[in-house]
Amino acid sequence: MRAELRFTLNGAAVEAFVQPQARLLDVLRDTLGATGTKEGCSEGECGACTVLIDGRAVASCLFPALEAEGKRVVTVEGLRQDNGDPSAVQRAFIDKGGVQCGFCTPGMVMATTALLAENPAPTDDEIRAGLVGNLCRCTGYVQIIDAVKQAAGELATKERS
Amino acid sequence: MSDYSFVGKERVRPDAGDKVAGRTPYIHDLVRPGMLHGKIKFSEHAHARIKHIDTSRAKRLPGVRAVITAYDTPEVRVGFLADNFALKRDKVRQFRDEVAAVAAIDPDIAREAVELIDVEYEPLPGVFSPHDALRPGAPLVHEVDARGRPRTSNLVDLKYGHHTGDLEAMKRASRHVVEGYYTTPRIQQSCMGTAGCIAEFDGHGNLTIYAKTQIPFLAQRDFTKALEAMGLEGCGARVVVPALGGGFGTGLDTHCYEHIAILLAHKTGLPVKILYDREEEFAYLSPRQSAETRVVQGCDANGLLTFRIVEVLQDNGAYTSWGATYPSVMMLPVTSLYRVPAVSFDAKIVYTNNTYCQAMRGYGNPEVTFPIESNLDELAREAGIDPLELRRKNANQPGDESPMKFRIATCGLDDCLKAVGQGLHWTEKQGQGRKDARGRALGVGVASLVHVGGSGRIYRSDGSGIAIRLDDFGHAHVAYGGVEMGQGLVSSLTVAVAESLGIMPEQVHLNQTDTAACPWDVGTHASRGAFMACNAAIRATKLLRDKLFALCPGVFEEIAGKASAKGKSKDEAAKIVGAPGKPEDYELKHALVTKRGLPDEAWAKVDLAKVLRAVHFRQAGTMLSAEYFYEPPSELPDWEKGIGNMSAAYTWGAQGVEVAVDEATGEVEVLRMINALDVGHVLSPQALKGQVYGGIAQGLGYALYEEIKSDQGRVLNAGFTDYKIPTASEMRFPIDLVFVETEDPNGPFGSKGVGEPGLVPTAPAIGNAIFDAVGVRLKELPMTPERVSVAIDAKGRIDR
Ligand code: FES
Ligand code: FES
Repeated sequence: MRAELRFTLNGAAVEAFVQPQARLLDVLRDTLGATGTKEGCSEGECGACTVLIDGRAVASCLFPALEAEGKRVVTVEGLRQDNGDPSAVQRAFIDKGGVQCGFCTPGMVMATTALLAENPAPTDDEIRAGLVGNLCRCTGYVQIIDAVKQAAGELATKERS
Repeated sequence: MSDYSFVGKERVRPDAGDKVAGRTPYIHDLVRPGMLHGKIKFSEHAHARIKHIDTSRAKRLPGVRAVITAYDTPEVRVGFLADNFALKRDKVRQFRDEVAAVAAIDPDIAREAVELIDVEYEPLPGVFSPHDALRPGAPLVHEVDARGRPRTSNLVDLKYGHHTGDLEAMKRASRHVVEGYYTTPRIQQSCMGTAGCIAEFDGHGNLTIYAKTQIPFLAQRDFTKALEAMGLEGCGARVVVPALGGGFGTGLDTHCYEHIAILLAHKTGLPVKILYDREEEFAYLSPRQSAETRVVQGCDANGLLTFRIVEVLQDNGAYTSWGATYPSVMMLPVTSLYRVPAVSFDAKIVYTNNTYCQAMRGYGNPEVTFPIESNLDELAREAGIDPLELRRKNANQPGDESPMKFRIATCGLDDCLKAVGQGLHWTEKQGQGRKDARGRALGVGVASLVHVGGSGRIYRSDGSGIAIRLDDFGHAHVAYGGVEMGQGLVSSLTVAVAESLGIMPEQVHLNQTDTAACPWDVGTHASRGAFMACNAAIRATKLLRDKLFALCPGVFEEIAGKASAKGKSKDEAAKIVGAPGKPEDYELKHALVTKRGLPDEAWAKVDLAKVLRAVHFRQAGTMLSAEYFYEPPSELPDWEKGIGNMSAAYTWGAQGVEVAVDEATGEVEVLRMINALDVGHVLSPQALKGQVYGGIAQGLGYALYEEIKSDQGRVLNAGFTDYKIPTASEMRFPIDLVFVETEDPNGPFGSKGVGEPGLVPTAPAIGNAIFDAVGVRLKELPMTPERVSVAIDAKGRIDR
């Protein structure tokens, strides 16, 4: 009754045997041990489970695992740079204090990564619109927005040089 | 003050790197060998007799390892009045009631098994509001108390009050008096990380529980009692707290699900994990209590307050947890926000068949600050005095003793009010009947707060222990029993240890929180985390420094002598470093030991690690560690009289907001906010700002959006689809933070607690701004567009 599933997780080929109705979130967390991705609501409302599928931000709690077949999946574990340093987005969340309890953070960081890939110079309103699906109960979002701005600035500088 | 190396300086959180990388393990991520998954069967009625529970079908499901009910497990009582039971027998009193539980090899099987449990009930009439519950002849939620004595009413047996000053005389002395009734809702703490635990036993009957708790040591006591009830007398309970995923008060009591996990683990001999999903979190975890409050306040012709009467009616729900004790904190603003000569406070806490309530950030303070500050605004208008001016006239001052006998050492309330007035351009904007380009009415409002800033004594001990151990490499390992919930305790504690010991923050390693390793702490509540941890750290590091400096004479000279010896003879070198000094000649800063009188050269700065190794690896060597148990200088109040200096310091603040009100839709938008807070001294700027911004967002939710809706005890909006917390979009207004530094004598580095204040005055500040904009007074939270519209329509009818 299990189906074979192959995809790229954070740059490495993975395969798993999953129930046809399995959610990508459970395959990531329980089957593949990538527990950085969090489950906050199970119904697409909180964004804690956000991952990138072929570069697009997706709520993995609603995403059927089998639909990831052949795709590139990136989770928070896959963001760090080759030398092990945090990505510009991760660095900005650290620097600006966009992290408190940290439970929303992996999802926030993934949503920000997708947002900046699509729109490298977002306005404040565009940032807010981009993160509206990611709930945070701790920070009041102020330092998160600051972090997104720092990351955008840094990526822009990198782009220019 | 400015010669601190780390206190008050911008630094990133020590735990942020792991959190952004997804490396931090929460209870959701923990797995133990052989672990089973538990699931709870909750009640299907708000009030009913249990006639029969049939677990046979569930037991037969493959993969199920245990099914338990109150009929086949020892009775485990829960809650400080012991009126609750881990599993219910005879009767259910709320939909949240735990009737049975399952342990299975995976969560899906556990869920399926729960569905197979059949419970036969005999429904009973319920009571769903305090008013209904107090009616003569109302059904009793509890027929007997914890000791089996018959009960005659639904009033909870807890007495709180405060009556000081000559109320009648002060009423007569009043020129203006305003009375009002205000209602605040039940809301959900909404931690992003849901509740959960793993319980496991060793072969001797000792329990280890990984718990999402804010009170590891009080929980240890509760669990030890549970072990006794299970016949495991003399066995130990160890509580380990993983990364929390938010607390906000949810972890201030032990929960039935934790006791159920313990029962299941004991029954199966295997670790059992129970994890709530979001729906369970909403429906079956204890929310903030609702309150109905009557307030009467008076002032004389000059606007000086004469008296304040506050009467609160609280819906406790079916059992008693800490929510019932909100009046202990309500007293704080009731008696001590502004100078009030005569104060009367009464609170009634009533059992109903709603979900029982618990602590939430602010703990009673926002519930009464909304009524008091809304009513004060009405009083100002009645008296024809500018609302900000009235507040400043009555502001508390340093050196005051409040009616509750708070000894107010530092108080920056007036400075906060002044800052809010300036930042908001109060005089130009207030009462101007302004409109924005979209035709929305604009208004400004202000409200103040006082909260405990030096912990809040609600137990006999309000202490915090700390143990610090130095290793051979100059690093400090700090065992501390307080809980990092996200608030940034790790930041302030790291900074405090580094600063007061004299090492670098990178050399500080925190070991939180495990009852087997950390000294006792009463719990992380009452904005006490940083205040207590840093006070304890300052004292323990003093002991460490004393020990270190006592060992330095001779050892220091030997190491420094070697370093200075390059190109010199032994004698010359010895001459330069001098003879062994006295302990007070040595100093430790930035992990370097120096000696008075020596030149500022590299050889005269000895790496702490070298000294530590020299005193360790020698004949009769030693290693350095120190423990300290800090009890703040405060008093346990007499709750019935409402008297006692419950905190070692008090935090003051004011919030001012400008709002736009769409009169057609009732929609309220906050345009800007000034938040001024007397924090004593800024310890860690990033963490402080984070606490205030986060508090404001929760205050905004309380003011405008959040309310648990229920029908006959059943929660109707058990999910983020129907229960909206603020998103980045609602938090789009600019916020100016002003920190007033009053250097509290009891505060570590002068600082006071700041964890809760952010959300306390937000709702009344917004309500007051709405009044300024459209002339209607919202007396019920949340101030939804519907309620604002209704109020505007009603005013329109009266005006016509
Ligand atoms: S867990 Fe997927 S959106 Fe909340
Ligand atoms: S940091 Fe706790 S939910 Fe965002």
